[in-house]
Amino acid sequence: MSQLDKEKVKLEEYVFSGGEKIELQDLREIDVEDQEELELAGVDVKEEERSGTYLHLNHTKAVCRSKQEGVEILDIKDALDKYDGLPEYFWKAVDKDKDEYTRKAAEVVHGGYFIRTKKGAKIKEPVQSCLFIKGEKIGQSVHNIIVVEEDSEVHIITGCATSHKVQSALHLGISEFYVKKGGKLTFTMVHNWSEKVEVRPRTVGIVEEGGVFQSNYILLKPVKSVQSFPTIYLNGKGSIARFNSILVAHPGSYINSGNKIVLNAPDTRGEIISRAITTGGELIAPGVIEANSVPAKGHLECKGLILSDGIIHAIPELKGTKEGVELSHEAAVGKIAQEEIEYLMARGLDEDEATSTIVRGFLNVDIMGLPKKLKESIDKIISETEKDMF
Amino acid sequence: MLVIEDLHVKIGEKEVLKGINLEIKEGETFILFGPNGSGKTTLLMTLMGFSGYKVTKGAIYFKGKNITDLPMYERARMGIGMSFQRPPTIHGLKTRDLVRLCARDRQVDVEKLAQKVNFVDFLDRDINAGFSGGEIKRSELLQLMAQNPDLLLFDEPESGVDLENMGLIGKVVKELLSGNGHEPKPGMSMKELKELRKVSGLIITHTGYILDYINADRGQVMYQGKLCCEGRPRDILEHISKYGYKECIRCLN
Repeated sequence: MSQLDKEKVKLEEYVFSGGEKIELQDLREIDVEDQEELELAGVDVKEEERSGTYLHLNHTKAVCRSKQEGVEILDIKDALDKYDGLPEYFWKAVDKDKDEYTRKAAEVVHGGYFIRTKKGAKIKEPVQSCLFIKGEKIGQSVHNIIVVEEDSEVHIITGCATSHKVQSALHLGISEFYVKKGGKLTFTMVHNWSEKVEVRPRTVGIVEEGGVFQSNYILLKPVKSVQSFPTIYLNGKGSIARFNSILVAHPGSYINSGNKIVLNAPDTRGEIISRAITTGGELIAPGVIEANSVPAKGHLECKGLILSDGIIHAIPELKGTKEGVELSHEAAVGKIAQEEIEYLMARGLDEDEATSTIVRGFLNVDIMGLPKKLKESIDKIISETEKDMF
Repeated sequence: MLVIEDLHVKIGEKEVLKGINLEIKEGETFILFGPNGSGKTTLLMTLMGFSGYKVTKGAIYFKGKNITDLPMYERARMGIGMSFQRPPTIHGLKTRDLVRLCARDRQVDVEKLAQKVNFVDFLDRDINAGFSGGEIKRSELLQLMAQNPDLLLFDEPESGVDLENMGLIGKVVKELLSGNGHEPKPGMSMKELKELRKVSGLIITHTGYILDYINADRGQVMYQGKLCCEGRPRDILEHISKYGYKECIRCLN
């Protein structure tokens, strides 16, 4: 099967209408096994250390509330009504006609979140959103918009999961991010789909002067296929973008997950760091940094470990269009170094213990600077995933 | 503690060790001298059980058991501990966590051990990432303190270390060789304490600085894959610094 065939989704096989509508007061009303699935996607079902929660279930929103002044959380449909169709933001970053998935998402919008901070508001606790699929042959299409107003800060944690009962599903997600002057957006996404779920997100962000965008993407669980390529335009002087990804391709998974940063203004900086492991699946990791202004700096780093027969295809790309841009990349695909295994074996660890210690280090998420509780749950997911790795 | 009988070792097609016989008794520290490329490091690596060091003849006994074909981790668990010259960096593995892994089931106070080698500030750094020569030595000693081996293999404790750190390293090596610093306590004499646990050492040195800190009992010179010139380490060192290794050639031929 060619790459194109693997990435092609048969849209007609999925049902985009008729999902049951469920309004929930509390995430704990969801059945316990599904709560566990959500927790494995980094969702705090008790909502203890969260500024707000948005839960989208199949075709409609189920929970939507802000606990903190300074951050507005709405279902996208309500936001479109309230703000006259959001003319500044709706389909302004992502091209509606980009491909068949954007066209489908334009045709059918089930929901999605609209999250906007107030100017100057520093939102301490993260806002969480979860996109949840429960049912058979469900096609879910959401449109998310985040607006970080001037000099404000927010961390948004998105957990994507499917119910333990799901057999097959398709998730289409349009996400548009707008980081205004001096704003800071940290966007952490944890995917916990399942073997028969296909995922086609389309994400574009625009960052203004002095703004910071940081993305953390964690995909440790099996999935049928993912194809995503979030792109950030640094249009304002001194703006910064960073992408950190941790990806694991299990047998049967096809993952094409990359990032692009376009440095369009002076003093901009972009960094893309990804760690990829295959335990039998196919993983393509493209990274592109393009610099059209000076001074501008970009660095791309991709490390891949092949633990058993699988494919890792790292494609680092750098493009400079002005004299004086500074772009660099390093990529490595290989196996665990024997030297590292023997170092640990000389300390009394057997081969399996040594391998798992090294893999845990490789998947370490310290660089993401996550809140303590989320980091603990990611560490838990890593140790659980590890059981299926060797 | 350690008995080596007629040990022949090949690296690739090349025979590096050509019939080594050596016994190190309980509580004894043995010093290995010899020019570069003579096979000293090969002997240590073979004792630890690294891949790529092929024993073609002979045997190694540790605590009475033939360990010639034992995997490395079993040798480590039996009580062989080795300090690495150029250990690899393992990204994402904090020094603190590795020290805990070295201790296996025993409880250790990582902070307290780290204080002894002035290494507390490094505990949250990835192991060996950007460590200088002296920092590597202190990190290795910290891991060995947690591992608490009965036989300590140490390749050039002084290499890459400044004088100030040499004192610290010498002190800790001495402590490791004494079975982790027995201090006099009521109800047990020093002599009785020393009888409790005896640690042996096999140490490679070029400069002999380490001899200022430890009680080394015996030494030998490795020359072209063979051992010769047994004597007191200080005497051997003095001889080498005066005459070089010329006498070894005479001795072996």
